[in-house]
Amino acid sequence: MLRDLYYTLFEFVRTFGALQLFFLRLLIHSPTVIWRRFGLVVGQVYNAGALSLVIIIICGVFVGAVLGLQGFSNLSRFNAEDSVGAVAALALVKELGPVITALLFAGRAGTALSSEIGLMKATDQLSAMEMMAVNPIRRVVVPRFLGGVVAMPLLAAIFSMVGLLGAHLVCVSLLGVDVGSFWQQMQQSVEVADINEGIVKSVVFGIAASLLAVWEGYNAIPTAEGVGRATTRTVVLTAIVVLVFDFMITAVAI
Amino acid sequence: MNAVSDNLIEIHDLDYSFGARKIFNGLNLTIKRGGVTAIMGPSGTGKTTLLRLITRQIVPDHGVILVDGVDIATLNQTALYEMRKRFGMLFQNGALLTDLSVFENVAFPLREHTRLTNRLIRHVVLTKLHAVGLRGAADMMPQQLSGGMARRVALARAMVMDPDILIYDEPFVGLDPISMGVIVRLVRKMNDALGITSIIVSHDVQEISTVADCSYLISKGKVAASGSPDELNKASSELVRQFMHGMADGPVAFHYDAPDYAEQLLGRDAE
Repeated sequence: MLRDLYYTLFEFVRTFGALQLFFLRLLIHSPTVIWRRFGLVVGQVYNAGALSLVIIIICGVFVGAVLGLQGFSNLSRFNAEDSVGAVAALALVKELGPVITALLFAGRAGTALSSEIGLMKATDQLSAMEMMAVNPIRRVVVPRFLGGVVAMPLLAAIFSMVGLLGAHLVCVSLLGVDVGSFWQQMQQSVEVADINEGIVKSVVFGIAASLLAVWEGYNAIPTAEGVGRATTRTVVLTAIVVLVFDFMITAVAI
Repeated sequence: MNAVSDNLIEIHDLDYSFGARKIFNGLNLTIKRGGVTAIMGPSGTGKTTLLRLITRQIVPDHGVILVDGVDIATLNQTALYEMRKRFGMLFQNGALLTDLSVFENVAFPLREHTRLTNRLIRHVVLTKLHAVGLRGAADMMPQQLSGGMARRVALARAMVMDPDILIYDEPFVGLDPISMGVIVRLVRKMNDALGITSIIVSHDVQEISTVADCSYLISKGKVAASGSPDELNKASSELVRQFMHGMADGPVAFHYDAPDYAEQLLGRDAE
């Protein structure tokens, strides 16, 4: 029993260390990739970002709408339904925007990244690049990582924005909250610090989600089963890491 | 360095284990400059592993691998990549980059390593594709190709940088007789016309006999026999004869280690 525990801990620490080294490697190669391979990074921003837009927008509208609905029904108990705009905005910008976007991002873009890299490994494409004297970290992994890092905060911002539109739709158009007080209350209570907190979170989550996705793909066991498992692990690990980091960043920010 | 040496690649005392399994145990092998060398052996003897060792995709536990007189274990990343530019490698399944078209796949090394103009790249790529008979498939994506076509595109890609050494990993598996003949002739032709050194890993005894200058038969982590195909054919060693003539019985057991057949069928092995 103790032995098992020891080995599990040992494995965990080793993997964690390897992940950090991998992260360092990505960072070391990043400037060169940005400088020489800007086109590749842009392509990956498109892959990770633009292709995730549909799911982000649809989910954003509905999360915002449900926030408006819940906020309205709860606040109207205290006759404070005018504040619903402020409540929805704070919840979206500080919490739900970055967190839900990161979870959706892991499901949409993260899985695509890890399965793509894993399959490239399984079909010897990465070895073939090595043999053509092309570093696959530079050609394949770093552009995908950077693409995710850039795309994630943008997606979170879009999520928060369409979320507010969803809240507006429900509260103002359907439930009859006054337009003026909806937006004015929001403007008064949301401060720059709140928005910064959201930005910091979305950047950190973007790095974490992209790093885990390319890490799992790059280290996938090169078989059909291994790639499948890597994809699953990407989603699970990203969800855990994002929620833990969310708590930590919030604790620091407050 | 050692430009006069006849041996392009020398392997001395190579040991390599994968997990607990010892794959190579004191392997010695030399590959002559400008010749076609075949590496043969039963499945699971680590022929592909040997190729990966020669190109330092993996590192041996013990032993020295010299490429053109240079110990490849001493190379740093930059020097290693410089050395790899001299290699062209054909992978078993082609290993084409799935997000690029056939044309772009073949152009890939040129775009990565040279500053040729687009026109020149186009010219080179089409020439190489023509050599493997797939100029017409330039705009197709790798998913649309059959296995044999993918291998031929990969061959064009392996040749595109005009390497000194071409490595073929099981080039004949799953090819129809026509493409097989084409590839065999192509290997021979490139070797003779361009002075390329070729290394072929295969267990296709017949095809190897027509193309190879020298063959190594690897078994149990060592070179079991070497020589020209004719010499191997006439060799008296049991192992060589079994392999060259495809006999089920001999030193290489067809059956993986198992308990006694009758006993197992009768269910007595459980006790």
